Amino acid sequence: MTDMTNKNQGRPTADPANARELIAFRMGAQEFCVDIMSVREIRGWTKATPLPHSPPFVRGVVNLRGTVLPIVDLAARLGFAGAEPTARHVIIVAQIGTQTIGLLVDAVSDILTLAEDLIQATPEVASEMAKTFVRGVLAVDQRMISMIALDHVLPADERDAA
Amino acid sequence: MDQMAAIKQTFFQECEEQLCELETGLLAIDDGDTDSETVNAVFRAVHSIKGGAGAFSLEELVQFAHVFESALDHLRAGRLAPSGEVLKTMLRAADMLADLVRAARSDSSVDTASREELANELRAFDPHEPSKGSGQGIQASEDDDPDIAGFEPVPICLDDLGTELHSIQNRFLIHFTPKPGLYAKANETALLMRELSKLGEIQIICDYSHLPLLDELDPEHSYLSWTVELTTVHDETAVRNVFEFVEWDCELDIQELDPEAAPDDEAITALIREMQATVEADLAARSDPQVASVPASAAEPPATAGNPAMSQRGKQEMATAAQATIRVDLDRVDRLINLVGELVINQAVLTQRVFEAGVARASGVATGIDELEQLTREIQDSVMAIRAQPVKSVFQRMPRLVREVAALTGKKVRLVTEGENTEVDKTVIEHLTDPLTHMIRNAIDHGLESPQGRVAAGKPEEGLVRLSALHRSGRIVIEVSDDGAGIDRTTVKAIAAAKGLISPEAALSEEEVDNLIFLPGFSTTSTVSDISGRGVGMDVVRRSIQSLGGRISIRSKPSQGSTFTLSLPLTLAVLDGMVVTVADETLIVPLSAIVETLRPKADKVHGFGGNAMVIAIRDQFVPLIDVGRELGYRAKDTDPCASVVLLVESEGHARNALLVDAILGQRQVVIKSLEANYRHVAGIAAATILGDGRVALILDTDAVVAHWREVATDFEEPLAAAG
Repeated sequence: MTDMTNKNQGRPTADPANARELIAFRMGAQEFCVDIMSVREIRGWTKATPLPHSPPFVRGVVNLRGTVLPIVDLAARLGFAGAEPTARHVIIVAQIGTQTIGLLVDAVSDILTLAEDLIQATPEVASEMAKTFVRGVLAVDQRMISMIALDHVLPADERDAA
Repeated sequence: MDQMAAIKQTFFQECEEQLCELETGLLAIDDGDTDSETVNAVFRAVHSIKGGAGAFSLEELVQFAHVFESALDHLRAGRLAPSGEVLKTMLRAADMLADLVRAARSDSSVDTASREELANELRAFDPHEPSKGSGQGIQASEDDDPDIAGFEPVPICLDDLGTELHSIQNRFLIHFTPKPGLYAKANETALLMRELSKLGEIQIICDYSHLPLLDELDPEHSYLSWTVELTTVHDETAVRNVFEFVEWDCELDIQELDPEAAPDDEAITALIREMQATVEADLAARSDPQVASVPASAAEPPATAGNPAMSQRGKQEMATAAQATIRVDLDRVDRLINLVGELVINQAVLTQRVFEAGVARASGVATGIDELEQLTREIQDSVMAIRAQPVKSVFQRMPRLVREVAALTGKKVRLVTEGENTEVDKTVIEHLTDPLTHMIRNAIDHGLESPQGRVAAGKPEEGLVRLSALHRSGRIVIEVSDDGAGIDRTTVKAIAAAKGLISPEAALSEEEVDNLIFLPGFSTTSTVSDISGRGVGMDVVRRSIQSLGGRISIRSKPSQGSTFTLSLPLTLAVLDGMVVTVADETLIVPLSAIVETLRPKADKVHGFGGNAMVIAIRDQFVPLIDVGRELGYRAKDTDPCASVVLLVESEGHARNALLVDAILGQRQVVIKSLEANYRHVAGIAAATILGDGRVALILDTDAVVAHWREVATDFEEPLAAAG
């Protein structure tokens, strides 16, 4: 399985029609990835304006060229302990439906191109929280990368945290 | 198909404009405007709607518009005096026409009986006609086929004209000078003449005296004119109908000649001779013989262009036709406004960064930055002006409402509007209709007395409702006033006490009593009437005005009437705010919410059980709310004496004191939605971007107060009593 994937960036493998491009990033010791199509840009961390009555994983809002961009601490959202962000942290600006949000991660590690069928189902051991957001796992270079579905990253119910 | 739908959409848009024009015109005539151009404008409006409706086969609309148009034609021709009764009917007809247009737009239908009734009333205006049975005549003739662009088969009303007029021969002398536009719209004189010839005996003379030499001839210009002598059993309307669809593209003069006179009457002959002489003289003046030989068949060329009355009318029509406006998709304008908003923010960020970098104030860079700032501000103003619209569009809906409510309540009401051209942002206008509708309903239903009551009070029978708009210090102020009985304060207080909104012993000033009507759950009428009692009270009006960043206030004098004053921001894109800090965060508090600011003194602040605190402001105890704690920025209350108090007024007229750390200043901020990328946040109205590029939140003072009340419910009772 590992042999079929391309370890280098940008070069397509397997069937190009079936290929997907993913952006991989690190949070703590773990690696995750999201579909490149939903990523608008990647920028450095700037101090966010905290939002009152917001869940702990919402770091606040920043100014993205005139747009008010909410920042979700992805580690905290997945249930890990979120670290206090520094200038070396990275914000992945992603499009979810009509909304644009920023995902706070430790660092972007890789751009992967691989076939859709290489994505494996989430292992049974995963926690409930991880199951909600992790769409599947990939094995690349002996590493395990969890693929994140962004749909539920923002809290759904308007009132739950108010 | 899609294209057709788009054209239809445009037609309906234009209909709305025509309907506005129609109503404005009728109201102007009602007010004594006797200008023929006003009547023409009204006629044109109905005519255009009819024409367009015909093209889309909207039969009901065409039929009603036709009847309406005929009635207006009598008015235009002076056969019908614009009396109050006539105009009342016409205004109702305008309402009906508006209903029909809307029904056609939504594919629904309008009550046929009331339509027919109104149509018959309109038909009764025909001075030539006894009202009996004439209706069928007009309808029977209604077989327009507007697909033949502009060529409507002549509506010969057999019932109308057949019997008594049969033996009478009318004679008309028709001068017809087409403008180039007539041909451009694919009309053709020959066809018009053929239609005329169907009406009776006809003699046509073509005037080619204005034909230039061949090398000067503009193929798209119109040089010919015609004089027609028509002997017919039909009346002038039938003749005019022939020219119905080209009326605005030609100079048309129809003179009725003495019907008894023979066709070779001396006067006519003289007239024709005279014309001939003019033309011949004109022709003689030209040296080129070719001209005379071109239209060899035309025997007696008369000159018609000299009629001063006709050319004047032509000019007037040209003037109304010229409109220097374009239609732009609102999305595009909104996008432009958003972009300019971003430009303004960016410019502010840049300015701050440049000076942070230590650039000297006198340097070229600084000058450039100043100029840039000026330019951006100008751009912002201009862009805002694009979306600014006169409040006319809202005010125009009110006369109809007044008529309807007056009819329902049996009161006589005159509506006076002022300052219709006051401009305000379109987004504000959109939100104005409902509150204003409600306030005017209230003014008539609750404010004005019955006609008998008014007479008994020594007032004129007809009540007056005044609706006015004006700009005052960067805001738009709209007033709705009536000359009715004013607020009955005893009743208001009794009701408020009965509903538990105030304590019965509460000593309230007159102003405070008046403001009780804004409390949720307050309604002065014990019975829910059709008109104002639709489950919404003045509290809803107040809330919707507040959500626009506006304020509403009331002044009332017993037996002299009440005045409601709305003060609204000119735009919803920017907001005047006070920049404050709370627990190291910068917040914007809308200026419209702040009554006053003060620095509390220790002896004025009192504990009130638990964590609650009140502050005494001019002998009134006002609850103190720590904004930092409410928003969860800090866990503990701060020392009130080290902070600043913003006295805010919120729903139900309650005053609360918001505690913030410091005031940084005032500034205009561009409003940015939080919902677009996130969701609604309790206590926060929106966000904005400050000069340092950071996002600052705009406080929703009402929500902060409401949230604080939820937490401290046990505090609510004394607060309500404090008013």
